[in-house]
Amino acid sequence: MKAILALEDGTVVEGKGFGAEGTAVGELVFATSFTGYEEVLTDPSYKGQILMLTYPLIGNYGVSGSHCQSDGIKVEGFVVRERCDFPSHYQSKRSIDEFLKQDGVPALSEVDTRMLTIKTRRYGTMKACLQVGSVEETDKALELAKTQPDISELDLIEQVTCKNPYRIKGEGKRIAVLDLGIKRNILDNIAKRNWDIFVFPANAKESEIRDSEPDAVLLSNGPGDPKRGKNAMSIVKKFAGEIPIFGICLGLQIIALALGSDTYKLKFGHRGANQPVKDLKTGRVYITTQNHGFAVDKDTLEGIGELTQVNANDRTVEGFEDNYLGIKCVQYHPEAGPGPWDTGRMFFDAFLGT
Amino acid sequence: MPKAADIEKVLVIGSGPIQIGQAAEFDFSGSQACRALREEGVKVVLVNSNPATIMTDFEMADVIYIEPLVPEVVAKIVEKEHPDGILASLGGQTALNMTAELAEMGILSNYNVRVLGTPLEAIYNAEERERFKRTMERINEPIPRGFTVNSVEEAEKVVAQLGLPLIIRPSYTLGGAGGGVARTMEELREIVSYGLKVSRIHQVLVEENVLGWKEIEYEVMRDAKDTCITICNMENLDPMGIHTGESIVVTPSQTLSDEEHQMLRAAAIKIIRWLKIEGGCNIQFALKEGSYRVIEVNPRVSRSSALASKATGYPIARVAAKIAIGLHLDEIGNDVTKETPASFEPAIDYVVVKIPRWSFDKFPDADRTLTTSMKSTGEVMAIGRTFEEAMHKALRS
Repeated sequence: MKAILALEDGTVVEGKGFGAEGTAVGELVFATSFTGYEEVLTDPSYKGQILMLTYPLIGNYGVSGSHCQSDGIKVEGFVVRERCDFPSHYQSKRSIDEFLKQDGVPALSEVDTRMLTIKTRRYGTMKACLQVGSVEETDKALELAKTQPDISELDLIEQVTCKNPYRIKGEGKRIAVLDLGIKRNILDNIAKRNWDIFVFPANAKESEIRDSEPDAVLLSNGPGDPKRGKNAMSIVKKFAGEIPIFGICLGLQIIALALGSDTYKLKFGHRGANQPVKDLKTGRVYITTQNHGFAVDKDTLEGIGELTQVNANDRTVEGFEDNYLGIKCVQYHPEAGPGPWDTGRMFFDAFLGT
Repeated sequence: MPKAADIEKVLVIGSGPIQIGQAAEFDFSGSQACRALREEGVKVVLVNSNPATIMTDFEMADVIYIEPLVPEVVAKIVEKEHPDGILASLGGQTALNMTAELAEMGILSNYNVRVLGTPLEAIYNAEERERFKRTMERINEPIPRGFTVNSVEEAEKVVAQLGLPLIIRPSYTLGGAGGGVARTMEELREIVSYGLKVSRIHQVLVEENVLGWKEIEYEVMRDAKDTCITICNMENLDPMGIHTGESIVVTPSQTLSDEEHQMLRAAAIKIIRWLKIEGGCNIQFALKEGSYRVIEVNPRVSRSSALASKATGYPIARVAAKIAIGLHLDEIGNDVTKETPASFEPAIDYVVVKIPRWSFDKFPDADRTLTTSMKSTGEVMAIGRTFEEAMHKALRS
């Protein structure tokens, strides 16, 4: 099956298509973890993006279905160097090709992903168009790559949040979770600690949340520009100082914005399972999973929260807290799935154990 | 923390003669270490019995002794040079054993020489089978069930409990020398009696059969501040029962799900933390359908570290040497990027394949069966964007 990927700078690469036939548009982003493709494909934070993996061999251990982070594939399109059609693993239920086909997501293989990664690192994240199957004129794909709206103009959270509130019963304290596109592992980690979880859609009203009488609020990860999360910001303002607020990834960015900080778009983001985070209190460095294209402006955080963790590579904000308001949040993914388990206990025990 | 101010002179013990299980990789790691120490302004005293190495080149160390690597001779060098520290974990098993013997003789305490990097206690805890077993039990990490024995009769008694086949591993040997798989009582007697002979403390471990399980290795580093990172993992194409040195090895692992990878990675980090290793460490696991056993911990830079180092570009020996004199991972620069610190995990966008080489042309009568002891005399490593590419490159070279 013929397939092409066109970038907004005029680059067009041709390779072999797999997954579903069709056209996908979105930002082309790369992630560097060599395992966990099932988890990243189903991570709602990738909504609006075409995901490319830098590790070249994808699909070796098949798809089990038990590692999914949501109800299906969330990336718009998928780009790999080589796919594996004959997986070998005791948990494997189907191949990566079958998985993508089933969820209707187009994918591309046999292209030079290293070249595309270097380009992205050099010139920054680019908008792209992936066409699989009935490939039209390359001009058409290029036009779609160039004319699509910027990710900051899209309301992606509403496409991945839950439709209705639901509850995961537990014996412990009550936590209200604002689902901005939450990964299953976050809920699993909280449930493991036996908290009583009330999950709300991103547009939930303050009164609805209050009705659940929460002891704490958690803002989840999610896709897109944090500045689009207006409702979530207002929720933070309403509860700040009253009950503890936790945030992960997009959640951290929205909390920072609600408190008056600013955010900006990173050149090509942090996506992978090898990002070093330095804890400024202990001096220790932890290896974390990350998936974000935006970051909190460190300078604007001054006087708002105490910077607790920074990225050891580029010194960007990885965590801050405000003891007076009871706010604690991290930019990375302590829940892993995929990625290292180094910070899971630190975050969920310390933050949710309070 | 910058480097410890009281370390001005360090004794580095070389790897000695090249033999199976201990080849040029320890010259490679030792040379990297000498260079790394001198970069930090430390005076390096080197002793090695093998003059045909890079590390004994004039510019590698400040003082070089080419002397037999026996405790009496090294003790005299300590007496003469009064080093502040001794670096044990970068010269392979020979250097490690030498350091242990010097400590036992009381030389190190008499002359106030500190063992740099991984403490001796950690080395004993990892290398002595019985202590290793106790340590793993204490931290709840599963190991194959087994018994340490000091005689053939004791080994025979184990069969009643665990059945055959059994795996036999002598304590304190190189490249698994003297080990093997016993399928019959006869083989058991033969391998155990030989194993007892070659073990420095006349001890062998007789253990449960995990033959055929996936064999996975992790290269882990830790600094004094307790920052832990894994450099990479490796999957052996040949499963448990065939020595890593005899196996085709692929980096990164090819058939592990993220959950399995992270489970083993977390276990590796737990182990290195508990053992308080400061520097590099290699941990081997057997894995079968989501359950695993810890097979071995090498509390030092090993043959696999040299492979991991070349496969990822992460200079394990160099970083381990700097950790040994007190630096922390995030204070050590990354030689590849020049901008970021050494406290990260390499993400590679290629596949690495290592193939062993046997010198059957020189030893036509040697037994050609692959077992748990190492017979290969060399290896080839190749890098490719696909597994096939790397495999072909390795075969052709």
